[in-house]
Amino acid sequence: MVSLPAMNDLHSAFGQALGLVADGDATLGNIVLLSLRVSLTAVALAALVGLPLGALLAVARFPGRGGVVVALNALMGLPPVVAGLLIYLLLSRSGPLGPLGLLFTPTAMVIAQALLIAPILAALARQVLEAMWEEYAEQLRSFGAGPWRAVPTLLWDGRFALLTVLLAGFGRASAEVGAVMIVGGNIEGFTRVMTTAIALETSKGDLPLALALGMVLMAIVLTVNALAQGLRDIAARQAG
Amino acid sequence: MFRRLILAAALALATPAFAQERSITVASTTSTEQSGLFGHILPIFTRETGIAVRVVALGTGQALDVGRRGDADVVFVHDRVAEQRFVREGHGLERQHVMFNDFVIVGPEADPAGIAGSRDTAAALKRIAESRAPFISRGDRSGTHAAELRLWQQAGVDPASGRGVWYREIGQGMGPTLNTAAAQGAYAMTDRGTWLSFRNRQGLRIVVEGDARLFNQYGVMLVNPARHAHVKREDGQRFIDWIVSPAGQAAIAGYKINGEQLFFPNAAQAEPGA
Repeated sequence: MVSLPAMNDLHSAFGQALGLVADGDATLGNIVLLSLRVSLTAVALAALVGLPLGALLAVARFPGRGGVVVALNALMGLPPVVAGLLIYLLLSRSGPLGPLGLLFTPTAMVIAQALLIAPILAALARQVLEAMWEEYAEQLRSFGAGPWRAVPTLLWDGRFALLTVLLAGFGRASAEVGAVMIVGGNIEGFTRVMTTAIALETSKGDLPLALALGMVLMAIVLTVNALAQGLRDIAARQAG
Repeated sequence: MFRRLILAAALALATPAFAQERSITVASTTSTEQSGLFGHILPIFTRETGIAVRVVALGTGQALDVGRRGDADVVFVHDRVAEQRFVREGHGLERQHVMFNDFVIVGPEADPAGIAGSRDTAAALKRIAESRAPFISRGDRSGTHAAELRLWQQAGVDPASGRGVWYREIGQGMGPTLNTAAAQGAYAMTDRGTWLSFRNRQGLRIVVEGDARLFNQYGVMLVNPARHAHVKREDGQRFIDWIVSPAGQAAIAGYKINGEQLFFPNAAQAEPGA
């Protein structure tokens, strides 16, 4: 095999990416669906924990709060491989949750990604909502609402800003490879997602195909973001 | 509107349970997966038995670890010494020969160590060390890594002396190792299967092959159900019985890339003392 100049590889990757989408390849379709399902479920799970936690931190004042905020911000940098290893050791048959038999399943991948992005959602939500809270803490307090009561109100009023927070979480989840590779095992037809497929093709030396898959992934992420933005606009008009 | 959308999304995500089917998990090596062998033989097995095979492809050392922790039903790897220890320590049941292929040493067009065409691995490795030509090592406790270290020993060279200079351990799989060797114009040892299916060769070519010391034996064993009660003993054993049977062996022999056979079945040869 003759080596190709890099420009040709880029060109061929772009062609292949279009070809993959145009063919409606069933294998690729399943990989894409699994990627979306795992990452969106992880975002939903992480949001259930992360957003209320962020809101609570925005309104509550207690000793050690500064430390919690710093810890949460630091956890945003949790390396995916480390999150993956933690979940691996928990879910392994020899680990504490072994009897559940969840290792090397999509569920394990959801858990790992949720662990990875919950701190991101909490930290970003805290920041966004704290600014809002400063604006109308007085007003809410005058209705007799304590910090606990203010949490749902804040979350609801901040929903448009929080959408961006959710998208940041989704971006991180759908882009990471380290955690899902370890806990999912990259099993063909079962736990293979876009990022692990890209890693696999890279190690097989099929760089154009790997890059083509990367382009497809980017297109999907772009679509999800555009849809979210569209929904936000519609909802904002209705609310407005 | 917004609230209803969130609710609908939550429901859509929450309802479908991930599909369950009759399946076993096999911890195996990157060489069997990435060469495309599994893609060729597993559908045949699944068609015959209705058992889906989920392959987790890792280095041999890692794959044995997965078996040791009870996270796979079957282990299918290529480091006989490590496999025999695995069985001896009670982690696996009887180990059986499945097939072999061979390792080759690949290197850059320029061949700075002047070893192209050699059939003597020990002499070739010695020349690489003497000329301090860059060599990329897996460095990941895989079967290939273990075999490479044995070959250095036979050559009477301690590659650790060149660590970080000409001897570069990258701690990754076969593919990344070849990608690195191609990018750095370095030598590397690879199994022939991965080499044949590897696409990003750039200037790399085979420089040493055909030495009996480059023989690469694969073995298969069931993870010990006495240690891990959840191991799917029956279905796992069925896979092992199939792969060493004439049907399984024929499937292995039938896998070719560009007309070249990658793996040579040899289950009939008894495993001494295992």
